[in-house]
Amino acid sequence: MLWETVRLALTAIRRNVLRSFLTVLGVVIGVAAVIAMLTIGQGSSEQVSADVSALGANVLVLRSGTSGMGPGARDTAPALKLSDYQALQDLGSLSAVAPTVSTAQTAVYGNANRTTSIIGTTSDYLAVGGWEIARGRGFTRAEDRSGANLCIIGETVRTALFGATDPIGEKIRVKSISCEVIGLLSAKGAGSFGQDQDDLILMPIRTVQRRLLGDQDVASISVQVARNVSVSRATSDIEGLMRDRRRIAIGEEDDFSVFDMRELASMLNSVNAVLTGLLSSVAAVSLLVGGIGIMNIMLVSVTERTREIGIRLAVGAQARQVLMQFLVEAVVLSVLGGVIGILCGLALAYVGAQIMAIPFSPSLGVIALAFGFSALVGMVFGYFPARAAARLDPIEALRYQ
Amino acid sequence: MSAPLIELRGITRTYGSGEALVRALDGVDLRVEQGEFVAIMGASGSGKSTAMNIIGCLDRPSAGHYLFNGVEVGTLDQDQRALLRRHYLGFVFQGYNLLARTTALENVELPLIYKGQGKAERIARAREVLARVGLEGREHHTPSQLSGGQQQRVAIARALAGDPMVVLADEPTGNLDTKRSLEIMELIQRLNREAGLTIIMVTHEEDMAAFASRLVVFTDGRVVRDTAARREPA
Repeated sequence: MLWETVRLALTAIRRNVLRSFLTVLGVVIGVAAVIAMLTIGQGSSEQVSADVSALGANVLVLRSGTSGMGPGARDTAPALKLSDYQALQDLGSLSAVAPTVSTAQTAVYGNANRTTSIIGTTSDYLAVGGWEIARGRGFTRAEDRSGANLCIIGETVRTALFGATDPIGEKIRVKSISCEVIGLLSAKGAGSFGQDQDDLILMPIRTVQRRLLGDQDVASISVQVARNVSVSRATSDIEGLMRDRRRIAIGEEDDFSVFDMRELASMLNSVNAVLTGLLSSVAAVSLLVGGIGIMNIMLVSVTERTREIGIRLAVGAQARQVLMQFLVEAVVLSVLGGVIGILCGLALAYVGAQIMAIPFSPSLGVIALAFGFSALVGMVFGYFPARAAARLDPIEALRYQ
Repeated sequence: MSAPLIELRGITRTYGSGEALVRALDGVDLRVEQGEFVAIMGASGSGKSTAMNIIGCLDRPSAGHYLFNGVEVGTLDQDQRALLRRHYLGFVFQGYNLLARTTALENVELPLIYKGQGKAERIARAREVLARVGLEGREHHTPSQLSGGQQQRVAIARALAGDPMVVLADEPTGNLDTKRSLEIMELIQRLNREAGLTIIMVTHEEDMAAFASRLVVFTDGRVVRDTAARREPA
């Protein structure tokens, strides 16, 4: 009997395809929006997690100035120097220390060129940044200090400058420097914000300071906390050392800051979760509006089909069978809308994931939830019209024109 | 069979209350035996339609007793009356009342769905009764593809499908021209004579009433005449 009723509902829906489609459009849009939001949200939080694990474990970043955005000590705080880097290297709680400076420059090879970011650093940068050498080699300790004209390139730079040519041993020109490519970094892909992480060239820090920037400043120092040391211990070691070196009196504020990259990532993730939740609830409201649309059309349908209801009652249908018929019709309608919405939402999320360069990660739970919710919408908003149908008086219904 | 198939005893049906009280039926007594063909006539407002609604268990009497096959059914609730209609009654209406955009076969199947019959069984039965009313080959036509006479035949087939004890016809020829009307009446008469089907029919037209074996006339909510009709139409 239930199957008969479902079949009947499908027949009724098929009789007026356009109207049925318009009826469920609200549910389609609502479900599609919820699915797209949750899927993209899931993808971007996976991306953040992937970025964090790519950073290398337990990375802290030291910068001069306070972390605030407003006017603060940053202007007056002295820049970090290589001597700070050397002092940090002596801390037992750190296993890798990489000073960095960066500048955007155009690299030229033959008649190919690419504007990319040149990062001046040391061999420890690979460990701290979670990079691996795909081909060639990294800097040696001696090269770290030397200011030699050597470079390691990212995958994007290799593609842009060399194409099919093997870059190892070739020389590229950056401003006045002609430097030899000694290594190629393995590709990381896009970052949390869709930026291309492979668009970079690494050089020894002294080379960049002298030849490209013309000063002795260090922009930041990234460190990796040693395996058996807690991040908070390492943080306080760094802060103690820096306060000593900068002669900051007890009670005075730091004029430098230490960021924990994981903390930053988890903050990013919670912002992400809040945004996803917010957008999804807006989408859920449209699902509700979609439900009201179904109710509206079902009420019209009950009025239009008053005679049909009268006939059914006359030939022996009981009120609850008429109720079931209209309820099932509403549920079938909204479930159809839900299925279309799920497909649209997944397609939307897929396109969004491509554009934002994040993983496309549909969740079965989310899909099941959207499906169940659309069925529920049909049930809740179909009930009132179905009850109106079931309460019709057969004599009146048969007389209805 | 001792008890009459249908027995109305002092049936009263009122609408409204107080000053606006309307007595549509005022103490109607009527007995219909198995196998009878009864024509009910009367002016508009005479109560004949109300009587049909009560006999058809679409409505309940305000007072009095309605015994169907010896059982009191005037006090049944809505669902019980639906079951009674489903198993024992068939309806034919003036306006055919077929489901639009639905084939003749599916229309005839409708009561059988509510009887809980399986698909194959329903189709076989629907084909059988459509053949009985002379509509072989029209099973897959929708009402809009059929003439008025053919539509009324589909409606008769639908009334027959559930194998009812009584067929109630409310002005079955009201929307048809004379030729089609006579054809429909001949069909109904044949069903009564050949299959022994009990038929109660409301009509305005003397010519149509003449097909029945008995004539009941209503005036102001009462039965004022109840006679055997002439056996053959004029």
